[in-house]
Amino acid sequence: MKRTVCFGAAVATLLSTGAGFADEGDTLAEVKGRDQLICGVNAGLVGFASPDANGNWTGFDIAICKAVAAAVLGDPTKVKYVPTTGQTRFTALASGEVDILSRNSTWTFSRDTDLNLDFAGINYYDGQGFMVPRSLGVSSAKELGGATICIQTGTTTELNLADYFRANNMEYQPVNIDSNAEGEQQYMAGACDAYTTDASGLAATRAAFANPDDHIILPEIISKEPLGPVVRHGDNNWGDIVRWTLYALIAAEEYGVTSANIDELASNSENPEVQRLLGTTGDLGAMIGLDADWAKRAIKASGNYGEIFAKTIGEETPIGLARGLNAQWTQGGLIYAMPFR
Amino acid sequence: MSEIHAQSVPYVRDTMLPPAAPPSRQTGVVRWLRMNLFSGWFNTVLTILGIGIIWFLFHHFWPWLSHSVWKADSVQQCREIIAARWGEGATGGCFAVIRERWHQYLFGFYPRAGYWRPIMTMGLLFIAITPVLFSVSPAIRRWVLAATGLITILLMGVAETPDWSVILMWALFGIALLMAEYAPRRLFIFTVLYPVVAIWLLWGGSLWYPLMLLAGFAVGYGVIRAVPPRRSGLATFLAIAAAVIWWLFLAEPVSGLLQDMAAMRLMPVDSNDFGGFLLAVVIGVSGIAMSLPLGIVLALARRSDMFLVHIFSVIFIEFIRGVPLITLLFVASLLLNYFLPPGTNFDIILRVIIMVTIFAAAYMAEVIRGGLAALPRGQYEAADSLGLNYWQAQRLIILPQALKISIPGIVGTFIGMFKDTTLVGLIGLFDPLKGISDFVRSNFAWKGIYWEPFIFVGLIFFVICFSMSRYSMYLERRLSRENR
Amino acid sequence: MIDRASAGRQDPPFRLSMLIYDKRYRSLTFQVIVFILVMSLVWWLINNTITNLANLGKDIDFGFLFSRAGYDIPQQVIPYNSDDTHFRAALIGLLNTLLVSFLGCIAATIVGVTVGVLRLSNNWLFARLMTIYVEIFRNIPLLLWILIIFAVFTEITPAPRAYRGEEGIDLFLGMVAPTNRYTAIPAIIAARSPGALELGRIAIPWLAIIFIGLLVAAVMLRRAINARASRIQERTGQRPVTWPVNLALFVVPPIALWIIFGLYLEIPQLAGFNFSGGISVDNSFVALWLALTLYTGAFIAEIVRAGILSVSKGQSEAAFALGLRPNRTMNLVILPQALRVIVPPLISQYLNLTKNSSLAIAVGYMDLRGTLGGTTANQTGRELESILLMMLVYLAISLLISGAMNIYNSRVRLKER
Repeated sequence: MKRTVCFGAAVATLLSTGAGFADEGDTLAEVKGRDQLICGVNAGLVGFASPDANGNWTGFDIAICKAVAAAVLGDPTKVKYVPTTGQTRFTALASGEVDILSRNSTWTFSRDTDLNLDFAGINYYDGQGFMVPRSLGVSSAKELGGATICIQTGTTTELNLADYFRANNMEYQPVNIDSNAEGEQQYMAGACDAYTTDASGLAATRAAFANPDDHIILPEIISKEPLGPVVRHGDNNWGDIVRWTLYALIAAEEYGVTSANIDELASNSENPEVQRLLGTTGDLGAMIGLDADWAKRAIKASGNYGEIFAKTIGEETPIGLARGLNAQWTQGGLIYAMPFR
Repeated sequence: MSEIHAQSVPYVRDTMLPPAAPPSRQTGVVRWLRMNLFSGWFNTVLTILGIGIIWFLFHHFWPWLSHSVWKADSVQQCREIIAARWGEGATGGCFAVIRERWHQYLFGFYPRAGYWRPIMTMGLLFIAITPVLFSVSPAIRRWVLAATGLITILLMGVAETPDWSVILMWALFGIALLMAEYAPRRLFIFTVLYPVVAIWLLWGGSLWYPLMLLAGFAVGYGVIRAVPPRRSGLATFLAIAAAVIWWLFLAEPVSGLLQDMAAMRLMPVDSNDFGGFLLAVVIGVSGIAMSLPLGIVLALARRSDMFLVHIFSVIFIEFIRGVPLITLLFVASLLLNYFLPPGTNFDIILRVIIMVTIFAAAYMAEVIRGGLAALPRGQYEAADSLGLNYWQAQRLIILPQALKISIPGIVGTFIGMFKDTTLVGLIGLFDPLKGISDFVRSNFAWKGIYWEPFIFVGLIFFVICFSMSRYSMYLERRLSRENR
Repeated sequence: MIDRASAGRQDPPFRLSMLIYDKRYRSLTFQVIVFILVMSLVWWLINNTITNLANLGKDIDFGFLFSRAGYDIPQQVIPYNSDDTHFRAALIGLLNTLLVSFLGCIAATIVGVTVGVLRLSNNWLFARLMTIYVEIFRNIPLLLWILIIFAVFTEITPAPRAYRGEEGIDLFLGMVAPTNRYTAIPAIIAARSPGALELGRIAIPWLAIIFIGLLVAAVMLRRAINARASRIQERTGQRPVTWPVNLALFVVPPIALWIIFGLYLEIPQLAGFNFSGGISVDNSFVALWLALTLYTGAFIAEIVRAGILSVSKGQSEAAFALGLRPNRTMNLVILPQALRVIVPPLISQYLNLTKNSSLAIAVGYMDLRGTLGGTTANQTGRELESILLMMLVYLAISLLISGAMNIYNSRVRLKER
């Protein structure tokens, strides 16, 4: 009897430390009060979000969390990363468990409207592709009729795959798998002829193989997968902060502001847009409830968009993704920051 | 016909012949083989089949195991080493991943400097459960305490540990050993205090707050003592009121004050940093500790004469037992937020523990109900004839015996629950089996590693569960001897 | 005396405190309090849910079940494609759950009984091996076994294309092709097909219906014949020979069917990436089934062993003294008595197996949890409805199994008297 009561007290302790009151609008105040940003991330995807042996998270999606934390709290390390699965991610966001979801989630109509989410922007333009062993002798996805295809359940890719094969009047046998790691295992063992997921994921997977050259990624991209950070619908100020932090990273690359030269440019840049971005002139920060240096800190956290890309998933890394669609609009890509004015 | 006469005596041997050695096929190894392996065609076939199975397993797995690599930085390096050492095309295990990541399989993301805290918690757990589980004989108690104490202190020595905690550990185990020798019943104090200490050690923060929460009971007790015993109803009411007031309004400021005076504070660790076997053990142990009392209440309720109480407990037990644990975990991770007041949002591990507790309690209730049913009717009648009321009878006569009978079942439930903690990986927590492995494989160096973590994790699970089941079998034998 | 006694029996006037202190009212009071507490808890939960849903702008609506599912399911018992509704997808999942649970229960019983008996055999080596099997499987989480068995299947079997060409592998026995995705086995095809019974989109071949009908008839006939033989045995002491008739009952109809309808085996052929023709049994299904079988089998083996050990030794000694052969002793004396001990825990093992089949997602077998509680919940964002519905279905299955088995159990128990 006494035991129960003791545990009751213990539970009360935990409750009182863990309980918080989320939503009803003011995420910014809440994050500031907590002095910590809670960021929902992928439980492990090479290059985008993965913890190392010491539990330090790195990756392309992680950089967004760090930038937001730096902008809001002034310290990129004040982030708590909450790993989410494909199934738990949106619930975690909706219930206030996380402040922001930076986890390669595709922006779709129903997610934006029916699930009451707000996509704060796009940090990676992806598309679904196929990877096959070179020895299969296939050079186009159109030749995959009758093939066995590994697919991760619960993702938009599952629906795209069904639609693609239906539209092209081909048969296929899906092998549904639970996680990326399982999928790779199946593909490597030859249990499926082709593996399909976002092209970035395919590249990362392929790069880790013992013989990457034995596998080819087919030219067809069968879907649009714009990925970006997600916030709750309704808290527009918080959405603005995340959106413009992302744009600050992108704009920084456009104007050549890097983590190396940012201090210098902040003091002597001639470009009025850079001045406004870095808070030298104007007072953009105050309009979203932050101070003048917010963007400067965000860019300093892990560099501008281009630096982050190059460091985590770019061609210098083992993953080796080319910029492609994700080049700046000035370079013929789709990455485009709205003007800071 | 009449050749038999007086002096013809029947032939009687008067000396014993020396015993002949049994035929060679009836002695030694040969006999043993004949008796145990080749007694009849069916047995012979079985033996050959058995040898075949052993040879098959050995033939398939030995080369892989014997080619294993323990020192490498990545899978690629492992492959190179194996190819260099045993030739191209050889396969081997790459256990280097365990060597590099063992700490994450055991502790998850728990800060490295704080590893002594889970170790100490684990060691203290054995003191706490000694009066419950190891009380069959003083010898067992002595051995368990001494062995776990030494192992804990050894492990704490290996991990980076502040000196005071090592000294504290020596002291605690010394006291526990002395108490186990001279006042074994007093050991329950450890059991009662353990949850608070364990939570403080694992999650960190100020010690004063949990202590002050505990002090609420002391306040209530003090009030009961202060009020004249005749007014027992009033006393209970006042005690509860005092305790609630203490918890709501006084516990926090007082603990803050004490914290300022004498800081007793450990670095707080977030629930998200829990992972691996630490997570499994935390969920498993707290689940079992809370499900036991809940299970007893449910079992008593199910056997109750009161119709409504009976029906509610039947509905609860059958509902929980009728759905898979994974759906309850989904409720914890996806739906609980719908069921709680708007804006409530508490720790995912706590939510999982609550669900696992509810799940285990339903099974526990059935186990204990079995124990209650197995008690002879006479025990209940004896309690009635002594004039004991319901609770006295349960507490003094029925439950001690029923619980003793159900120990194997209780341990069985615990083993099952401990194994089921692997399912939390499916809702995104870092369980040792899938959660940790998936994220280790998400690192570039260890992509494609597959079997080695499974073997490592499976081995640990096997050792823990197997020793628990063996101990419960030993207990069963012990207790059945007592009953005779 | 009498006056005082009757006066004592007079009920004292009712006071409020009697609700607590009087035994007659106390249980009533207590029940009312419990009822109010439970109801207010339920009300609180429902109220919270309604408020939360309103805050999120959602409602409880099962309409999503009838919209297009849009995803494919590898293993289907009844026809399904991505244009079908979520409801049908859930139904496919349910049927998959039932299929693997049913086959798993049967196989686990066979494995469990065999191992349980073998553990008691006097073959030293095999008894040890069986002990090792039981201990290893009981003490390692099921999820690990599912993953391991699936991985073993994937790793040791060849890809379909290994069967191609001149130097390709030959089909096992010329008709079975184990691959790392599925095992292709021959299908039975009728040259003169009697057609199929069309129920909506489900087509059940008449051949299968006829075959099952004949099988059921054969079982019933066999019972009747054996009962008649027993009657004759009791009357005359001579048991008529029944086995030729019994054998014929089970052998003749299939052969007759074979000849009448011109049945032949359709050997799977490699076409393109995969085998076509014949039947493909997915590895995910086999791995899940095998893992469930071996895991539950280990538990059942312990139950069977304990059951057999619970029959006192005197029983088997008495049977031997009567001159019964060992296998008849087992069948006639030991097992019937052991069954009473075995059946109740066996039922809960069946329930466990059914519930454990929800781990199917680990190997991508789309069961109820994979369709309704997985992809559907995830794609529609209706996790509240999907998960509650899924729990209800599992609950219904569990209650059905335990209900059916309890009936059986009470029958077995009656023989005790």
